[in-house]
Amino acid sequence: MSRRSPLGRVRGLGSAKEGAGHWWGLRFSALALIPLTLWFAASVAVMSGAGYETVRAWAASPLVAGLLLLLIVAVFYHGARGLQEVIEDYVPRKSVKFTAILAVQAASIVLGLTGVLSVLLLLFRV
Amino acid sequence: MSSDNRPLSPHLQVYRPQLTSVLSFLHRMTGVALTPGTLLLLYWLAAAAAGPEAFATAQALIGSIIGRLLLLGWSFALFYHLCNGIRHLFWDAGYGLELPDLYRSGWLMVFAACALTLGSWILGYAMRSGAW
Repeated sequence: MSRRSPLGRVRGLGSAKEGAGHWWGLRFSALALIPLTLWFAASVAVMSGAGYETVRAWAASPLVAGLLLLLIVAVFYHGARGLQEVIEDYVPRKSVKFTAILAVQAASIVLGLTGVLSVLLLLFRV
Repeated sequence: MSSDNRPLSPHLQVYRPQLTSVLSFLHRMTGVALTPGTLLLLYWLAAAAAGPEAFATAQALIGSIIGRLLLLGWSFALFYHLCNGIRHLFWDAGYGLELPDLYRSGWLMVFAACALTLGSWILGYAMRSGAW
């Protein structure tokens, strides 16, 4: 689903023709991260100083695991998009810019999958 | 003008800072600072998944003085970026762009970020000491 305005599309506005998608991606993930971050921060604060078993039992709940997965996906998507924006603004050399964005995206995929794997291990390993 | 030689951002050396620009600058700074902070989240989750020994090590590292200082910085960066991000979403929807509104929401946001940081740490220490 394209979320570009019909007028913007018909005029072919936007330099790279994909800016609207980037813009929406950052805002959608930001919106999702508002409740997810507040939930996670509150959960971690409540479990402050708790032992392994407490955290383990918490993460073994399918609801918690689902929310953690959403949090991880949204965090790494938002982080990669955000860093890309910063790189695009402050790195003038195209080769460096390209390489940096590629590195950010690769790192966010690897780190995001590490998080997903951890959550799944916590959920399924008894 | 060739596409390699376009103006990028304002010259900060000759730019008089105001609340609006400082808060905007901090939004990016906290956003960038939060990306290595995700490593802490990953480490904590991976340690819990790895087992009791790894998790105990992680808790000890995070609970050390340096760990707590880093966590304090990251928690403030997180709440700052969260609160200012909500401001950004309102602007994207076209609200609150008048100058008096910008100053009002700016100070409110700074207050909310500090309050959330303080509140979460008070909650954490209260839980730790078993007050609840």
